[in-house]
Order: sequence, then structure tokens, then C-alpha cells
Amino acid sequence: MSEMTTDSMGATDATDAIDAMDAGPAGMVSDRDPTDAPVMIHLDGVEKIYTPGADPAVEKLTLDIHKGEILVLVGPSGCGKSTTLRLINRMIEPTSGRIIFDGEDVTDIDPNELRRRIGYVIQRIGLFPHQTIAENVGTVPRLLGWDAKRTRTRTDELLDLVGLDPSEYRDRYPKELSGGQAQRVGVARALAADPPVMLMDEPFGAVDPITRDRLQNEFLRLQAEVQKTIVFVTHDIDEAVKMGDRIAILRERSIVAQLDTPARILAYPVDDFVDDFIGSGSTLKGLHFERVSGLDIPEYPVVRRDTSREDARRLLEASDNRWLLLLDERGRPARWLNDTHLADTSRPLHEIGPVVRALVERNATLHDALEAMITSSAGQAVIVERDGTYAGVVQIELLTEVIGRMRQEARKHYERLEAAQESGASSSGSGA
Amino acid sequence: MDGVRSWFGFVLDNRSGILERTIEHATIVLGVMLAATLFSVLLGIVVQNRAAAKQLSLSTAGVLLTIPSLALFAIFIPLVGIGNRPAQIALFLYAILPILRNTVTGLDAVDPAVVEAARGMGMGQTQQLLRVRIPLAWPVIIAGVRVSTQLITGVAAIAVLVGGGGLGSYIQRGLTSLGNPFSIERVWTGTVFIILLALSLDLVLGAIGRRTTSPGLR
Repeated sequence: MSEMTTDSMGATDATDAIDAMDAGPAGMVSDRDPTDAPVMIHLDGVEKIYTPGADPAVEKLTLDIHKGEILVLVGPSGCGKSTTLRLINRMIEPTSGRIIFDGEDVTDIDPNELRRRIGYVIQRIGLFPHQTIAENVGTVPRLLGWDAKRTRTRTDELLDLVGLDPSEYRDRYPKELSGGQAQRVGVARALAADPPVMLMDEPFGAVDPITRDRLQNEFLRLQAEVQKTIVFVTHDIDEAVKMGDRIAILRERSIVAQLDTPARILAYPVDDFVDDFIGSGSTLKGLHFERVSGLDIPEYPVVRRDTSREDARRLLEASDNRWLLLLDERGRPARWLNDTHLADTSRPLHEIGPVVRALVERNATLHDALEAMITSSAGQAVIVERDGTYAGVVQIELLTEVIGRMRQEARKHYERLEAAQESGASSSGSGA
Repeated sequence: MDGVRSWFGFVLDNRSGILERTIEHATIVLGVMLAATLFSVLLGIVVQNRAAAKQLSLSTAGVLLTIPSLALFAIFIPLVGIGNRPAQIALFLYAILPILRNTVTGLDAVDPAVVEAARGMGMGQTQQLLRVRIPLAWPVIIAGVRVSTQLITGVAAIAVLVGGGGLGSYIQRGLTSLGNPFSIERVWTGTVFIILLALSLDLVLGAIGRRTTSPGLR
């Protein structure tokens, strides 16, 4: 009954995962492939061996991180994801391999100079307790020798950017901040000298779930603005799915098990390790990556207040649906009506039948739509325009079709990849 | 009551002498403290992240503190003669332990995450030390300096026995002339003014400590 057709549905940008209200207008969400951008950081066979002869902590890792993407390194604890991150700014010196930063080999330059070009955010933040918020944020600019005025302007700008009013927070000390505020200052400090790259090691790991969710959303909004190249470490697959443009799932010794967009990893885990790691509910998580606007919505029987009961009954009989949707005088969804309601003549139609509550806007994700459907008395969600007027109805069959198609597309993608590999062209990193 | 009245009389009659001795005493203490603070803080910085050196230096400083002061003062007479010199060396050695221990403790207590952040932003070793680690350890270091100062101010009374000056001379003259007029008043004068000096120095150091400690650490 519902025909899924033409519309390309490949929206895979992780920013889709932000609350629907934060997202841009429908249709703007990208088919952008993060790997289309030029390479910002190239790890070439980077290896870390702590004890000669023992297993390496990070085994010959070759990885490209593209300009403007958030690449999430995720894996079980002890897989070497943090070590890998710290190899990039040489907090840990690699045993072998090269690190190419924006085309420049930085394996042997002064590590302090390298670190001033890379923002660094750690879970425990590490704000300097003896310095004011402004002094904390101005750390790298001062190291780079900026004058006081420029540093101050920049500091205020950054505090604004992370949502802390400079006039209120500038002269405070870290002990006066909540965990969430401290982490915002940590992010501002890392951004201070406008580094092209940020390394974030479980940055939101130490705050409560509600604050974490808010910080994640804020950060994604911030990233949409600043467009940094970000390597982000977490052990939480949900955070990885939410934050990542691409996700690298790492197994022990930091070996890449799968490297791809969250949508494709969720739709098509390449092996049991990845499947186990992403855990149950991956299909549901995948629904975060598709929007209602991308659906091909079939016709649905609607009636208005002036429609007669006779016409309404005829309309319902002619359709495959069990419910009619009654719109109010301004075209907004009002009530669900089934044949029992139509038979009830004690009151006018607009006073019987369950009130429509499950409303989603066009830029809502399919996950939102599913949630609305579950709570709806009619088992379906109503799509509305921004002004609240009726736009269509989403039914469960439509979601089933989308899920099937997402799987199929991901599988095809990997089949193509395999074919390419077999024919000799090696694509390092992805798949195993 | 008579004793107290006669003591006040003695103090009033000898006020210029007492002032002179107090300044002398304070000068010895301040000179020693300056040297000992510099030395101990630097030593503390050097040994703090070297386990063996840290243990060795703390034990040595601890042993120094157990040497009877009379002996320690005398030991240096053959080397540097009599006068303030042997006294200063002995006091210097006594002053080390509290400052050294507090420097090490203070630096140990700096949150590793803070140092990690400093390093991750591209601060070199020296910058980490001067901009982050020392300022954070500072309240603990200054507490050590205060303890040493108290200790030294009291012990410095013995300086007089090796030919040095200071308020100890009142105590010594009092003790050697027991039974004569004003002998007890002399002992009390030395003791009371040493205590007053120690308290004032502590107040001053306390004020300096507060002014040099970031409000963020209070």
C-alpha cells in the first residue's frame, strides 16, 4: 500500500541525531560523505610498543582523518583507543610510524609546538584551579604570545560560544563551576587558539546523563559552526553513534574492526565483534539517521468538520485503514475516528474519537516518529507542518520498509568494497 | 605579682637593648629562612618525581632534625669558627625538613589531570612547573616555611652558646647568674620576646601566604 520509491534516503550525517528542533530545514541534511573532504591527519603505520617483545598497545595503525569530520574511536576498555588518541599529539611517542598533520610530517617536530596547534579535551578536564576562567581559556594564546587585548577578546568570544556569559564567568574560579560548566570551559580552552584539530578523550564521561546529553547537543551545534577536525574517544556506542560522522570500532591493540558512518555500521556490522559491541537495538538506533521528510508518504483518508457521516463512512470503507483522521477548521489534526465512532450519533464527530497527540514535524527523525506511533491510540504518527497543519501519516509498515532498505544499501556498499578489494585496489582500514 | 612588675620594670629599663637583640635574632632567622626556603623548594622540585632521591633526601633531612641542637651548633665551630656562622648553618639544616616535605607533598598533590592538560596544551616542563605546579603547591609550601620559621626562631636562642647574638643572650646571662638580681627577669625576657617574634613572623608569613595564594585555591 505504501510505495517507497524514488527519494534518496542516504542521510547519514551524525548531526541528524541532534534533537529535531536543532536541525536545519528538511532536506538540508546531508548526503555528504565525510571522506570526500581532504585528509587532515594521516596516521601511517603508527605503532606503540611499551615493552619490547610484548604485544603492542597500538599495532601498526593506518588511518585517515578528514577535514571537518568527527571521527569517533570506540571500543571496549583496554583496546588502546586513548593511547591512539594520545599518539596523535604525541603525549605518547609512537614507537614507529609517521604522523602527517595537514600534509606536514610532525613525527619529529617539537611536541609542544605540535600540541599548541591541537585542541585537547580530557575527561577530567584539568582546569587550572588557581586561574580564573578567562586565564584558563587564554592559556594557549598566552603560550603563543598573543597580546593581552587580543587574548581577552578571544576569551570572551569563546565563553559566549560555549554559552557562558563572559561578564559573569570571566573572573570566576573553576571551583565555582558545576561539572557541565567546567566541561564547557574545557572545550572553550581547547578552542582558544582556533586549532584546526581537536582531540577529545571521553570529554563527557564524567557528567550525569542529562548534562551529558545537553553537552553533546551543544557540542554538535558548536561543531556545525566551527567545523573542526575532531577525533573523539568514547567507550559508549550510543555516544559514538550520536557524535560521529564516522566511527572506528576498535578491537584489542587498536585494530580497526569497522570504520564507517554510524548508519552503515548499525545497518551492517561486518563481524560478530562489531555486532556484539554495538549490542541490541541497533536497528532502533539506525532510525535516528533517517528523517520523516525523506519518506514517501502515501495518501491517507482525512475528513473535515463539515464532512457528513455518510461521506466519512464511505471514505473509510474505501481505504485499507482502520482510522480516519479528522482535521479541525484550521487544517490541524484533531481526532482519530473508526467505524464505532462513526456509528455513535450521540455527539458531533469532532467531540468523539481519541484526540490526536502523536505529532511529528517533517524534520523529525524516524526514531521520533516511531516513538510517537507507539504512544498513539491509532498506532500511527501524524506529520504536521511547522504551523501545525496536517501533512501526512506515518505507519509502521513504512518504517519496516526503510529499515530493510537501509540494510540492503549497507550490504551493497560492503559488497562493492569487497569487490574492489578483490580486484586489487586495497582500501585500508575499513572492514576486516 | 611582684615578679611580673619587676619584669616589666626590667623590660622598660632595657628596651633599647632588647630591641637590638630582637632585631639581631630576627635577622639571623630571616637570613636562614631565605636560604633554607630556596634550597629546600629547589631540592623538593628536583626529587619530587624521583622516588629514590625523594626518599633519601627526606630521610636525611629527618635525621638532621634529630641531632641535638647543642651538638649541631658545636659541630661547625671547627669549620667556620665561632659567631653567627655556625649557628646559621645549624639552623639552616633544621629548617630544611618541613619545607622540603611540604614542597614534595604539595607537588605530589597536584591533580594529574591538571598537569596532563597543561602538557596537552603545549607547555614545556619549566612552564608546567612555574605556571601550574608551583602555584598549586604554593599554599602547602608556605605552610612548611611557617613551621620552619617557628622552629628556627626558638632554636636560634642557642646561637649565643656558639658566640652568636640574638635574644638567647638574655636567657644565657640569666641562667649563668641565677640568684643574682634580675636573673629570672632576663630568662623571661629572652623567652617572651622569642615567642613574640615567632608569632609576629608567623603572622607576616601568613599574610604573605594569603596574598600569594590564588583565590581559586582558598
